[in-house]
Amino acid sequence: MSKAIKITKGLDLKLYGEPMPEVVETFVGEYALKPKDFIGLIPKLLIEEGERVKAGTPLFYAKGKEKVLFTSPVSGVVKQVKRGAKRVIEEVIISADETIEYLDFGISDISELAAEQIKEKLLNSGVWTVLRQRPYSVVPNPDTTPKCIIVSGFSSAPLAPDYSVLLKGLKAELQVGIDALKKMTGVTIHVNLPAQKGKSEELAQLQNVQINTFEGKHPCGNVSVQIEKLDPINKSERVWYLDAQDLVVIGRLFLEGKYNTERLIALTGQEVSHPQYYKVRKGANISSLIYNNTTAVDLRIISGNVLSGTRIEKDGFISAYDNQITIIKEGNEAEFMGWLAPGTKKFSFSRTFLAGFLTNCCNRKYKVDTNLHGGRRPFVVTGEFEKVFPMDIYPMQLIKACVIEDIDMMEQLGIYEVDPEDFALCELIDSSKTDIQDIVRNGLELMRKEMGE
Amino acid sequence: MKFIKNTLDKMRPSFEKGGKLHAFHSLFDAIDTLMFVPATTTTKGCHIRDAVDNKRTMITVFIALLPALLFGMYNIGYQHYLSIGDIVAGDYCANFWNNFGYGFLKVLPLLLVSYIVGLGIEVIFAQIRGHEVSEGYFVTGLLIPMICPPDVPLWQLALAVAFAVIIGKEVFGGTGYNFLNPALVARAFLFFSYPIQMSGDTVWIAEKADAYSGATPLGEMIAGAQLPSASIMDMFVGFMPGCVGETSVIAILIGALILLLSGVASWRVMLSVFAGGAVMGLIFNAVGANDYMNMPFYYHYLIGGFMFGAVFMATDPVTAAHTNTGKYIYGFLIGIMAVLIRVVNPAYPEGMMLAILLMNVFAPLIDYYVVDANIRRRAKRAKLVNNK
Repeated sequence: MSKAIKITKGLDLKLYGEPMPEVVETFVGEYALKPKDFIGLIPKLLIEEGERVKAGTPLFYAKGKEKVLFTSPVSGVVKQVKRGAKRVIEEVIISADETIEYLDFGISDISELAAEQIKEKLLNSGVWTVLRQRPYSVVPNPDTTPKCIIVSGFSSAPLAPDYSVLLKGLKAELQVGIDALKKMTGVTIHVNLPAQKGKSEELAQLQNVQINTFEGKHPCGNVSVQIEKLDPINKSERVWYLDAQDLVVIGRLFLEGKYNTERLIALTGQEVSHPQYYKVRKGANISSLIYNNTTAVDLRIISGNVLSGTRIEKDGFISAYDNQITIIKEGNEAEFMGWLAPGTKKFSFSRTFLAGFLTNCCNRKYKVDTNLHGGRRPFVVTGEFEKVFPMDIYPMQLIKACVIEDIDMMEQLGIYEVDPEDFALCELIDSSKTDIQDIVRNGLELMRKEMGE
Repeated sequence: MKFIKNTLDKMRPSFEKGGKLHAFHSLFDAIDTLMFVPATTTTKGCHIRDAVDNKRTMITVFIALLPALLFGMYNIGYQHYLSIGDIVAGDYCANFWNNFGYGFLKVLPLLLVSYIVGLGIEVIFAQIRGHEVSEGYFVTGLLIPMICPPDVPLWQLALAVAFAVIIGKEVFGGTGYNFLNPALVARAFLFFSYPIQMSGDTVWIAEKADAYSGATPLGEMIAGAQLPSASIMDMFVGFMPGCVGETSVIAILIGALILLLSGVASWRVMLSVFAGGAVMGLIFNAVGANDYMNMPFYYHYLIGGFMFGAVFMATDPVTAAHTNTGKYIYGFLIGIMAVLIRVVNPAYPEGMMLAILLMNVFAPLIDYYVVDANIRRRAKRAKLVNNK
């Protein structure tokens, strides 16, 4: 019973620096696990600096969810436990060996394992952390069960990697991943694919799943939008979701008995000289990838996409759930009378600039930078967010409920169904320059603390 | 450009905290950001942002108002010279530069008073509150003179502007927080405080000759005329007595086109105001109890401030309904109320101002019920699941 869903609202942002379908295999010397990538995680360290670890050795566990282990993606030596303000652990950095040694979790046949055994194996190897739960986008508590599982099989974000490249030749691993999840939970597993380009044949041929296709502009690739169209979340319901590349990691655990996070990440953006794919592991250091591969200007390096990614330094690490690095120009230059100029080259969703008309008539690409393009103001314009927000939710009203921390109101307006990334386009086009994703994240965190996961 | 940038950069330290001129830092910021879009970059969330900001939105409305303003200036001169007999009716282009020059000199002091008083108060509030001067007054300051009679005493205008900015907007927190349209608050203040200068047949033409009738089409209708004395063409183009910017339908339509093409104003509001006016006009046509009721419904678009209100006032995003469904209801009721007040109420010839202010008050209620429908839908869905 597959579904074909068409989404009419949204915005496809076309930027320079799309990745070429070329894959470079490269050795990356350092890897890191960043507790901040996991919402609400309070890490309890299990290793010390200087200790030797293998791929799959636990580095820390989650306070409150002791069974959830976070394991090393590579073998090597713990180089540094980097702490920030108030001694919060920011990064656990590992110097990687040239040939990776794996902790052996044992090869096993799914059909011979009980649901509990599968769960235990996922938890012990650290593979469990590839799963996330809506609401809140947290790593799920092993004692809970979801009402369905979503495998995100494409991304509609700007310059997103092509999943048909990412998943080439990994059909067996994907199928085993599906079988494991199905046996463990018994619920429907949705595999969501794009109707247009970037459809992965490997995913389309999976058995034992419900294949859905989504057609439309960004954010049709966002999990929240997909859940809302397939099986919306009500209060006290949970949906788990994971990225298709992480499904491969589950498959390998049972096929090879290893925590093998090998994957492709796309290096994208207008300031990248050769935008292409790199074969690395989870949490790779990016300095060797961008070395001699960027223009010389002042750069903003983003783990993820330009809309909802995280800013990292040029010797930083890619975040756990990202498969894309985007590099654009910092826009720290003042512009003379910028609000008055006709503006044929500027990106604007509004039609107050000439460029706004042009976007509608041709497939234009834009050069962008990180300038805020104005000052922060209270909300003035209305009716704009609705044009890029394809869910049956009133975005402005929900944002305001988050600002005033009205828990009942947030619940009534559908906070359980959303994630900050769903508001990224609203934030992009907002003429009042409000930090909307931050507001929604704070609202969600408030709900999580008050209502529990 | 470089010179201005350098000058501003040189001046900045004395306006910063601890500097000699810190007391005027809001004024400096306002000028600085007007000259240069600041170099601020994104810190949280989305790394890139749309080029549009509130300055851009407001300048678009400002530009949309210009045709009506320029025509208004011309019409003031034309009406004046017509009343003193220097030109004959229908000779629209004779005396062109005199007409425009006269109107320009009439309107200029209004604009100056409006902007100096209004922006002065805005800057003071921004300074006290420690935030940037908002752009809202950029438009409000132009709107207020445009909805006043050409001969409004300047001190009255100054009082009205001060009242509108302080009571209409700043006490609620400034642009974005107000629930009444500030320009209409100024108009209502003048209307109720100084009725002699704001109503009757003598105020609509600047310095008119006593013998000349200065009644507006609205005034004629309320006085029991069968139809306005001006021709449809005159009313459409705008050659009739009235407020500075309201008379020309064609100039306002040019503005409407700019607002709709740029997407700044909501077509939902605009369309439904016209629909509401037409529906109410047709209902009155059907009843037909007096001459005013029998006036064809489209006359309502041509006379008084209906057009100006529908295009520039009702569409103010802050005070209109915020939800798209709400906008239809809000606009429709404005149209209904405006015509209803015009035709049935004997005291106020113009219903548009009161209709919009009234619906400004009800807009949050409309939104409440629209959003409530969404809440119910979600609650019902959850209940269905729980019952399973």
